[in-house]
Amino acid sequence: MVVYLAGKMVIGSSKKVVADPIEEVRRICALVVDDDPLVRRIHGMLLARYGLETEAAENGKEAIDLFLSGKTFDLVLMDMEMPVMDGLQATQRLRGMGVSSMIVGVTARGLEAEKEAFMATGLDACCVKPLNAEAVISVLDELAKKLL
Amino acid sequence: MHRQLGNMKQSLFDQGYLDEQFVQLEELQDDANPNFVEEVVASYYRDSARLLLNIEQALEKKPLDFMKLDNYMHQFKGSSSSIGAKKVKFECTHFREHCRAGNGEGLLDKLGLFTRHVAQSKEWKFCTMARNF
Repeated sequence: MVVYLAGKMVIGSSKKVVADPIEEVRRICALVVDDDPLVRRIHGMLLARYGLETEAAENGKEAIDLFLSGKTFDLVLMDMEMPVMDGLQATQRLRGMGVSSMIVGVTARGLEAEKEAFMATGLDACCVKPLNAEAVISVLDELAKKLL
Repeated sequence: MHRQLGNMKQSLFDQGYLDEQFVQLEELQDDANPNFVEEVVASYYRDSARLLLNIEQALEKKPLDFMKLDNYMHQFKGSSSSIGAKKVKFECTHFREHCRAGNGEGLLDKLGLFTRHVAQSKEWKFCTMARNF
């Protein structure tokens, strides 16, 4: 059961009745993967506005290292072009590792062929950068369906 | 100072220098992050100054490293998109096309003009005002 508290999205237990739902919920965790510090800050703020806890990684390798360290994320915003390891390689690796998080590609590129290639690596969706509130709400709606 | 900043900002919107993305940033500012817009603009100013310097240094090297120049422009375009700097974003796209074509003829002059244009553009003045405000 996904519960919205004070307009913010959290996950709640559906298995028992609780007097105070706040005790049984945890916040949605998101990872923002982008080499641009400005984008990391802005996308992090956007997600935090809707109650998500966010962490950031500067490239695909850092993102993979976070998952390998045992961290889990409900949502990953994955930039396409990054140094060290780009979003396509990182997404393929994460899916190969069995990561089932919702991974949303974020790209400044508008070419359909490039977006399709990115989607083919295992993305759940692909959005044009920079994200706005409307795009984030759409992503969170899809995430809610996935978590239910 | 508030009025001057507000008038300048509206002028930038009216003339197409800023787009809807800047409004998104303003809407993210709240009591918990009261200086968010100023901080983002200041960060853009710092990053862009660094990128412009890198571009100018790359232009001085022979032969031109088009891949490096394209990479710098890619970063610049990304930051400019994030802050809503519409015209700078357009200029970045235009000059990346020249980089990708490996079109060196006149490129040096064009990129030189570009860096001077950006440095002198109204967005910079707005960023500076926001940074010092």
